[in-house]
Amino acid sequence: MQLSLDHADVRHPAARPGAAPALRAFDLRVDSGEHIAVIGPSGAGKTTLLHVLACAMKPSAGKFEIDGRDPWQLPRRELQRLRGELFLAPQVPPLPPRQRVVTAVLAGRLPRISLAHSLRSLFYPTGIAQADAALARFDVQDKLFARVDRLSGGERQRVGLARALLARARLLLVDEPLSALDPSRAGQAIASLTAAARESGATLITTLHDVPMALRSFPRILGLRDGALMFDLPAQQVDAERLRALYAQRLDELQGAAPLDEPPAERPAPVVMHCR
Amino acid sequence: MFWLLAAAVVLWPLLVVAEFKPWQLLDPGSMKPALRFLADFVPPRMDGEFLLLVARETWRTVAMATAGLVLALFIAAPLTLLSVRALSVSGLAGQMAAGPAAIRFMVRGLLVVLRSVPELIWALVFVRVVGLGPAAGVLAIALTYGGMLGKVYGEILESGDPHATVALLRNGAGRVQAFFYGMLPENAAELTSYTVYRWECAIRSSAVLGFVGAGGLGQQMDSSMKMFNGAEVSTMLLVFIALVAATDRISAWLRKALG
Repeated sequence: MQLSLDHADVRHPAARPGAAPALRAFDLRVDSGEHIAVIGPSGAGKTTLLHVLACAMKPSAGKFEIDGRDPWQLPRRELQRLRGELFLAPQVPPLPPRQRVVTAVLAGRLPRISLAHSLRSLFYPTGIAQADAALARFDVQDKLFARVDRLSGGERQRVGLARALLARARLLLVDEPLSALDPSRAGQAIASLTAAARESGATLITTLHDVPMALRSFPRILGLRDGALMFDLPAQQVDAERLRALYAQRLDELQGAAPLDEPPAERPAPVVMHCR
Repeated sequence: MFWLLAAAVVLWPLLVVAEFKPWQLLDPGSMKPALRFLADFVPPRMDGEFLLLVARETWRTVAMATAGLVLALFIAAPLTLLSVRALSVSGLAGQMAAGPAAIRFMVRGLLVVLRSVPELIWALVFVRVVGLGPAAGVLAIALTYGGMLGKVYGEILESGDPHATVALLRNGAGRVQAFFYGMLPENAAELTSYTVYRWECAIRSSAVLGFVGAGGLGQQMDSSMKMFNGAEVSTMLLVFIALVAATDRISAWLRKALG
């Protein structure tokens, strides 16, 4: 899947009118099958970039094309079909707490199956083998029938990544896949993710806080700061000098653990019941 | 002191308009028949023949409430799916498109109309259409409760965490798929407990509907009241308390099973 951003400006829909855009005059070309890591201090616009590429956010200016077509010119149905070929994995895995892991993982293939099939699969999961294989790649296959709220944060994150494999998407956009994983698990998760993308020929773009891991595992690195692209280089050419410039005044983030961009929502207040 | 006086000045005309004269309650002329009626309440009538009748009418009331609520679910579920904002595909990137927004607005309007007409009025209408009997009660409960369930389901679903649902929609799933895989498991316990609570309300309101001829325990209670038969009324009130307590237990049990 080929992507191109041409001088794109992106604003959050809820942002104040005068606020600076989250991405400014952004240029990017991505070829089919590329593996790219996006690094930069928090607030740089990494997540926004993924959202734009996933057609979840519309650029307010400039051009965005997928395979030579502007997705926002497509009719809604076509756009939704196109979204089915992309997969955006948010940083906090979007798993309902009361759902079983097998169902949560199989939800990744919803765009590919019919409504009737997806309803049947709620009662008798119709792809247990696929779900098991995907979970096995991230070493959580023993949790296949556990409920999501019985999992630890790291297990939840790996289940979210397993769902990405089930999507068989042509473009995988993964936001901070390692934020809840310990170093050895993190290495294994990235290896599984890149291997799966390579097998299916999918384009893979991930944001990472773990810079050494990004440089080790990805051939192409994008450095973002304050909504602008600071560098777009092969991993070998990213040197300590550039990293210091990228993380200037935020050097602690160069080493430290990833801060959560979006804290898990608090439990909503109970609904008032109306009755006479 | 000033505020007390001000409150009295404001409240007094209101009380006059509402014909609020509590001393009438203590008037010997009205006290005596009321006390005699109340004295009839003990002991409740417990002979076999009457209990059999009450059991049959209770069963009819429960059936009426249940059938009405199931029909209400059939009305409410599709309307909820249409009206919930978080399931909007076009609303994923900012503003919702004009067409879907208009549909949402109309669905909400329909829900308002359904629930703003009290079930008692619907029952009076349907008693004229389908005649005396539980069928009128079932239809009345179905329409009013369909409107209420649709509104509150919508509010429960919108106040829940939309993260899972939105993520599914963003990845290309359909609205109904996103509902069943994201929204329903997120909110199942709240929806169930509200539905059971509504069922309890339906049982209570089917008693009221009986007074306008919609059948069941209420109709029986109406005729006992008219004959000033306090013993029968108290038996039926006891049955009501038992029914409400039973729904409470069922709700607690279902919440635990889903929790």
